[in-house]
Order: sequence, then C-alpha cells, then structure tokens
Amino acid sequence: MEAEAAKYIGAGLATLGMIGSAIGVGNIFANFLNGALRNPSAAGSQVGNLFVGAALAEALGILAFVLGILILNS
Amino acid sequence: MADPIHQFQIQKVIDLPDVTLPVFGHTDLAITNSHIAMTVAFVAIVLFLQFVTSGAKIVPGKLQAAGESLFDMIDGVTDSIIGHDGRKYFPFVFTLFLLVLAMNLLGMFLSFTATSQLAVTVTFAALTILLVIGVGFIKNGLGFFKLFWPTSAPLVLRPVVGAIEFLSFLLRPVTLALRLFGNMLGGHVALKIFAGFVVALGAGAFVGDGLGLWGLPIAALSMSMVVALTALEFLVAFLQAFVFAVLASIYLNDVVNLGEGH
Repeated sequence: MEAEAAKYIGAGLATLGMIGSAIGVGNIFANFLNGALRNPSAAGSQVGNLFVGAALAEALGILAFVLGILILNS
Repeated sequence: MADPIHQFQIQKVIDLPDVTLPVFGHTDLAITNSHIAMTVAFVAIVLFLQFVTSGAKIVPGKLQAAGESLFDMIDGVTDSIIGHDGRKYFPFVFTLFLLVLAMNLLGMFLSFTATSQLAVTVTFAALTILLVIGVGFIKNGLGFFKLFWPTSAPLVLRPVVGAIEFLSFLLRPVTLALRLFGNMLGGHVALKIFAGFVVALGAGAFVGDGLGLWGLPIAALSMSMVVALTALEFLVAFLQAFVFAVLASIYLNDVVNLGEGH
C-alpha cells in the first residue's frame, strides 16, 4: 500500500472516535428528556448542566476530529 | 470542488514593515483577515454595549432588554456556580463570553472566523487557566495543592485519585481550546462541503457532466442541508460561547471555594 493511501485510511479511521461522542451526547439528551418529562418544573434549572454535559462529551469527539485533520495534514 | 480548508487561511490585507522585537525576534507585522475579524468583533461589542447602556430606562426598550438578558445570563452563571464571590469574577467571564460570541457570530456573516484559529482559542484557554492558577495561589497559598488531594476519597485510593485529578487539571486548557476550535472548524468545513455539492452538481446538470440531470435533486437536497446546517451553526456559535463561560466559572469555582464541599 502506498503511504499516501494509508494516510487517508488512517484519517478516516480516526474519525470513528466520534461514534462514542455521538452515543454520549445522545444519552445525555435522552436522559434529560426522560427526567424533564417526569418533573417539568425542575427541568428549567438544569438546562445549563445539560449543555455543559453535552459539551464535555462532545469535546472528546472533537479530539477525534482534530486527530483526523492532523493525520491528513501530516 | 472548492477546498474546504481554504477559508481558514490567514491572508495579509495590508502589509506593514517587519520589526525586530527584543524577546520575540523577527516579527512579520501585517493587518490580516484574522486581525480584521477580531477588531470588528471588538468594535461591535463596544458599540452594542454603548447603545444598550446609553439612555438606560427603568422599563427597558428592545435593545436594552437584549443587552440586559445577556448580562443577566452570565451573572446567573457566575452567581450560581461560584456563589458568594461570583461578582468578582463576573467581568472576566462576561468579557470572554462576549468576545467568543461576537467572533463566532461574525464568522457566520464574514468570510473568516477568528475562533477557528487554534492560536486564538489557545490564548483564551491559557488566559483562563493562568487566572485559575493565579487566583488559586493568591487565595489559598500552597493550599492550592489540596485540589489534587481529595479528602473525600479513602486514604489508600487518594494518591491514585489525586493523580487522575492532576491529569484532568492539565487537560483542562487543552480541551477548552480544542472544543471551541474544533466546533467552529468542523461546522464551517461541513457547511463548505455541502455548499460545494450544490455548485458542482447544479452546474454539472447544465453542462452535462458529472451525474447529469440526476445531479439536480441531489443539489436541492444539499441546499436544504446547507440551510439546516446554517441554523445549527448559529445555535453552536451561541452554545460554545456559553459553554466556554460556564466552564471558566466551574474552573474558577474549584480554586475560589477550595475545600468547601469539594
């Protein structure tokens, strides 16, 4: 295999890490809706926590993306 | 197809003569598109707050209500997270929030997003973490290191948990910078790629190459994708600025209220 081809395959494989972050973000919003529908009066005060949690989970997916870009441009 | 990374290239708009600084050495001075985007963001914030606060009334008008809701939101964040001392750190968090928000939003209108440059986001993250360390040492002295000695954990596990805490502390500025950078870069790359589909397939349908007439429905689909992604990008632009402010408050809270329910 040529080195150039391996680089593109590697960059593609690196983006697979986003699967984990997608599951995480989906989990957070699903559980938030779950809780919010059970107790809607408490939901409003937790929106900030919701987005912080989503951002923390998303950051790890972003790391995979950055790694892919790094491999592509190395 | 158009190169999706090209939009992040820094170009010189006005070239200024090079100078040699004592510490940094030879420096290339120029007014670049990044410089212009940041200056426009700064001027927009100053003008906005000027208009908001000039002629302030007890019953706010539309503009004043917009400014007050922004102020209120960050005030609520610092107050609820840091607590009693939150007001002291409010100016820093509010400045960060407004600057990041203005740059993100301007990136949706101008051709250049300042926050998609790693240098800009790393500077913001470094400012935040240096303030956290500075406040930690000034407020607690050497007690700052109690941050890595969690008393709530069993004694046997404490060194292990402490090591993990230390590692997570080191990773904070990295994730803080990379999150903003990656979100803005990724969003704009996705926008550009879908916009490229519209042009390439739409033009191909009329010239007769590519997919031919089959390209038209795909181009239309890509166009609707661009519209949806643009709406999403506006949400992300606001959300990332908000998350940056919230995380800065959380990191400040760790050192301001050290040892109290930590």
